[in-house]
Amino acid sequence: MAIKGTVVIDRDRCKGCELCVNVCPQKVLHMETGYNARGYHPVILDESKNHCTGCSVCAVVCPDIVFTVYRMPRKARARAA
Amino acid sequence: MTIAEPMIQVTADTPRLEEMQVIYQRPEAITETYTHYCPGCTHGIIHRLVGEVIDELGVRERTIGVSPVGCAVFAYQYFNTDGCEAAHGRAPAMATGIKRAMPDKVVFTYQGDGDLASIGGNEILHACARGENLTVVFVNNAVYGMTGGQMAPTTLPGMVTTSSPYGRDAKLQGNPIHITEMLAMMPGVAYAVRRSMHSVAEIRKTKKAIKLAFEAQLKGLGLGIVEVLSSCPTNWRLAPSESLNFIRDEMIPVYPLGDFKIHDELKKRR
Amino acid sequence: MTKQLWEGNEALAEAALRAGAEAYFGYPITPQTELLEYMSHRMPELGLAFLQAESELASINMVYGAATLGVRALTSSSSPGISLMQEGMSYIAASEVPAVIIDVMRGGPGLGNIQPSQGDYFQMVKTVGHGDYHAIVLAPSTIQEAIDLMYDSFELAFKYRTLVTILADGSLGQMMEPVEMPPFKEWPEERPNWALTGAAGREPRTISSLYLGAERLEILNLRLQEKLAEIEANEVRYETMMTDDAEFLVVAFGTVGRIAQSAVRQARANGIKAGLFRPITLWPFAKRELDAVIGKVRGVLVVEMNAGQMLEDVRAIAKGRVPVQFTGRMGGTIPLPDDILPALDTLIASVRSRNGNKPEPALARELNLMEK
Repeated sequence: MAIKGTVVIDRDRCKGCELCVNVCPQKVLHMETGYNARGYHPVILDESKNHCTGCSVCAVVCPDIVFTVYRMPRKARARAA
Repeated sequence: MTIAEPMIQVTADTPRLEEMQVIYQRPEAITETYTHYCPGCTHGIIHRLVGEVIDELGVRERTIGVSPVGCAVFAYQYFNTDGCEAAHGRAPAMATGIKRAMPDKVVFTYQGDGDLASIGGNEILHACARGENLTVVFVNNAVYGMTGGQMAPTTLPGMVTTSSPYGRDAKLQGNPIHITEMLAMMPGVAYAVRRSMHSVAEIRKTKKAIKLAFEAQLKGLGLGIVEVLSSCPTNWRLAPSESLNFIRDEMIPVYPLGDFKIHDELKKRR
Repeated sequence: MTKQLWEGNEALAEAALRAGAEAYFGYPITPQTELLEYMSHRMPELGLAFLQAESELASINMVYGAATLGVRALTSSSSPGISLMQEGMSYIAASEVPAVIIDVMRGGPGLGNIQPSQGDYFQMVKTVGHGDYHAIVLAPSTIQEAIDLMYDSFELAFKYRTLVTILADGSLGQMMEPVEMPPFKEWPEERPNWALTGAAGREPRTISSLYLGAERLEILNLRLQEKLAEIEANEVRYETMMTDDAEFLVVAFGTVGRIAQSAVRQARANGIKAGLFRPITLWPFAKRELDAVIGKVRGVLVVEMNAGQMLEDVRAIAKGRVPVQFTGRMGGTIPLPDDILPALDTLIASVRSRNGNKPEPALARELNLMEK
């Protein structure tokens, strides 16, 4: 399936609050078992099925600006599909 | 800054980040500084919304923020604007001094419920009475966060806090104050609304409200205040997601969301 | 220039404007309300920022706000209102922004009355509120002197990034005298390099008085103490009268210093070699200079409109070399030469009795004086 969107996660900004995990409609966010530099379990994106649409609700709900959200422009997505 | 690359199955057709559009990134009006707020504290969201609005209105370079005493005492470290630290409750007075001395600056205060509704009651009252062209972000989480969870003027009836261990009793400790409704009655207030952090939809509405509150200042219409129902996971003893539910299920019945005052000039956009 | 008749409060207000004041935030309180009222009609004439705040508490915080912009802001009040301003003054001091405060003292403690007093000496001279700091405290004794000291205030405040307070009393505020008003001072348009002006083309600046780490706060305090030492070295002001050959010294400040001048002249006419030392800066206090004069006299009489506040500083400077006695009035009462001269006699009697600081019992009974 073509990639619609993705997020780049700044691991060390994350405090492991999990608000993003709950709101993600595609269920592609999970908490890592490992720790970041500040001792929290940070969020990680699972793109194994390319489900992220770049909808950005994770960025809306994140208190720590962990996410930079990307989306494929429509024309390019049509070409790739 | 450690960036985790997304775990994608890379093929020849996989588009690279450079081909994608940035939909969201850190606002320029917010610094990179890691915040000291607790995990899941919605101060972080509200700061970000204020930063987004400042960027969208293009006023970062003439904005001066006035920080409170409370959890947001270090707010000036997180806003990429000039800023100063007021004494507890005095931010509206300090902001008045700034705005009256240099009216071309965009001046906002960012205050918690103790700062604004307790010790600062008189200062916000009179800033509103005078119709100061200020923008006030009022963060209401029903407790005194920084000092460890004491009762606030906005604490809910029956709510247990460290200084109301038997639960807030209206007979002994009074009822929660609805400051925003009271202030809305004043002609000097151009915009007074209550919003919430408990869902993505509500967060988006809060941003729109903050933008209108800044526009009220830019248009010289008077004071704009946005009360935001906010979480305090640490002092409520709840997980962050549960805290958002607490806002929705317990706070909103006592503090209904709504628009208490919208100046006609601000209505035109809606 | 011809002299004009001005009321003290209004003269202070106009002098502040001539000195370069740009913003005034205040609250009515007797006996200085005329200052507020004068500003309310004069500042709009000059296109300057005037606002009557909702309280003195709000006033000082508005001054604080304007001061962070590098704007020349001032407020005025009287003793109970000054008590309310202590929090704001401490914040201003710690933030190192310049501001000017006028205290027209009245009878206290508590609500007190509206007559003149000098009861705020401890409050204004010893500190500015909580924490270790001193404002520059200027104590005028005539309206002309008040104008002249006010005229220097903003320069001092901005030179050292500190608080400057004018300590007047109700009589000075209310009296009228012929004075000369100075011309408007020129100030550069550019604001200081620490001022909040909007982060256009530069890194943002913050002004705060919060230093959470103990080490950092100690560093701030050491820097503040250094600054105070610099002020002490450079800004002492005082006046002496007939001290060259004086045997008995009267020490008084403000309008009491002026009354003491009359008393000293009368004492001289009565054959007593009296002299007067009148501090003009109460902080920094003229310690070295007073010390030198005390070294040449046989006794010191401190006169104040309080229970003996500057007295403690004079005693410390005297170091027990000679008797230091006190006479004063409280409750808003003004001491006159008729109060001072008997006290001078008591001092002289003590010194002559070689009994130490107290006069002989018989003499004390005869003069019906309180022990001090």
